[in-house]
Amino acid sequence: MTGMSSGIQLTAQTAKIVRIQRIQDFLFHKVTLFFASLVLIVLAGILISLIITSWPALSEFGPGFFFSSEWDVVNQKFGGLTSIYGTLVTAVLALLIAVPISFGIAVFLTEMCPNWLRRPLGTAVELLAAVPSIIYGMFGLFVFAPLFAEYVQPALTSTIGQVPVIGALFTGAPNGIGLLCAALILAFMVVPFITSVMRDVFEIVPPVLKESAYGIGCTTWEVVTRIVLPYTQAGVVGGIMLGLGRALGETMAVTFVIGNAHRIKASLFAPGSSIASTLANEFGEAEPGLHYSSLFALGLALFIITFIVLAAAKWMLARMEKQKGAKS
Amino acid sequence: METGIYNKRKRSNKVGLTLSMFAMVLGMVVLLWILFILFTKGFAALNFNFFTESTPAAGSAGGGLANAMVGSLMMVTSCTLISTPIGVLAGIFLAEYGDRSRIASITRFVTDIMLSAPSIVIGLFVYAIYVAQVKHFSGWAGTLALSLLAVPVILKTTENMLRLVPGTLREAAYALGTPKWKVSLSVILRAAKSGVMTGILLAIARVSGETAPLLFTALNNQFFSSNMNKPMSNLPVVIYQFALSPYENWVNLAWGGALLITLTVLGLNILARVFFREKS
Repeated sequence: MTGMSSGIQLTAQTAKIVRIQRIQDFLFHKVTLFFASLVLIVLAGILISLIITSWPALSEFGPGFFFSSEWDVVNQKFGGLTSIYGTLVTAVLALLIAVPISFGIAVFLTEMCPNWLRRPLGTAVELLAAVPSIIYGMFGLFVFAPLFAEYVQPALTSTIGQVPVIGALFTGAPNGIGLLCAALILAFMVVPFITSVMRDVFEIVPPVLKESAYGIGCTTWEVVTRIVLPYTQAGVVGGIMLGLGRALGETMAVTFVIGNAHRIKASLFAPGSSIASTLANEFGEAEPGLHYSSLFALGLALFIITFIVLAAAKWMLARMEKQKGAKS
Repeated sequence: METGIYNKRKRSNKVGLTLSMFAMVLGMVVLLWILFILFTKGFAALNFNFFTESTPAAGSAGGGLANAMVGSLMMVTSCTLISTPIGVLAGIFLAEYGDRSRIASITRFVTDIMLSAPSIVIGLFVYAIYVAQVKHFSGWAGTLALSLLAVPVILKTTENMLRLVPGTLREAAYALGTPKWKVSLSVILRAAKSGVMTGILLAIARVSGETAPLLFTALNNQFFSSNMNKPMSNLPVVIYQFALSPYENWVNLAWGGALLITLTVLGLNILARVFFREKS
């Protein structure tokens, strides 16, 4: 014991260095901790500030705010239902279109694509994700909507539009812009997000599983639907939820093509509005007071909806991650 | 019987794979279509004045986007300078101290959500806490909103890249008696340098194209201004306002601006990839 302690006898100088280094380490830890917790502070700040600023509207209209479709700036009567309806309808429709396409692309990239093409095509899909959303909006308004009005909408009206019940969704004036057009542009936008998640999770399927399936004579399509898809279920759902989160909160691509009307019509051709498009259009002109506060209440609703969807996505993807860790 | 099932399986395989290939083709067609439109309409608007003159008044001819370019450049640069140290240090915390800490796992979760959070809500938030308090729109408010979007990107990439640094490197540095802060900054961070750069470039690319958070913060300015304390012109908001205007000259300028930001954003993305590939 005594021999050991004399072996590491510290001179006064080294003791000082050790002390300084301890203080430095302590400070470094606390500084990095502080910056990391900034993220949490911002999240709390967003929630608190949105609740405070939307309080006048929420206390005036009560929970009925979220179920009333009245949006009357002149008479100061506000209800968020039209915007919430538009947000949900465009996002869900966009996913209905985007999910099969993303699945197809992911299957092509992981199972069919020749090796030399895999990288460039994968990069191209990721670049599609990087294109700023305002570009999709301009493309939608100036290029896509006119073509959509001239060729696609009349065709839809004369075919599906004639079917009873569902037909009502596809009737009305073919203006181009409207809920369906917004949903299509959103679908273009979210395809790359969903595709890249799907491709990533498809790639973690152990080759042994796939090879065994091929070995007993499965076709490629059977391997994809019976082996790859069940194995990566949680990840695929997570990727879809991630796309949904993006679609719900997207502003620019939607604002250009949704038509910005505060009405709920049965037809998907009718112009509508989403929470984000309402905010982008009206916030600049809103007078302080109920209008202003109602817009904040819409923002709060959007934030909470996307938060829940994204949290679910994250949870599903984390489960996938764990599975990967356990089995590899 | 046997051949019936066999043929059916073969058929569904063919149908499934054909549809997949069709989806891939569709995706590529959309990408090329958007780029084609952007290049044809955008290049038509580019000329010398486009880069040297400020935005024209409504209905008048000529003019350019010089004020918007300078405004965007200033805001994105200051956003990068602010969010890089925050994101990198927070990333160091998550990678180096965050294994067993509860606050780290919560931060990681929230960061992932903030990565996809609706950017227009970030704009509302900055409006409520900053613009509404000082009662005027400003370039700084825009910078703040962009920084809130950039930090999660940098944080996330930094953490992932630091985790790729082999543990032996850490241990070797500790064995020499190096204090932890020095190990983190001069050994681990340096080893992951190109990866961290990738994150910063991706963050710049992300914020360069963002319109929604700037609508309520930096707003716009018709004139040339380099005062960050005043409303500031910037490319995305100018494109938004001009594209929705009835004036042909404005719409053309909007296409030129759209081409400019798309090229910037795609260029930054490709650069980020090159950086990352160099490392691995």
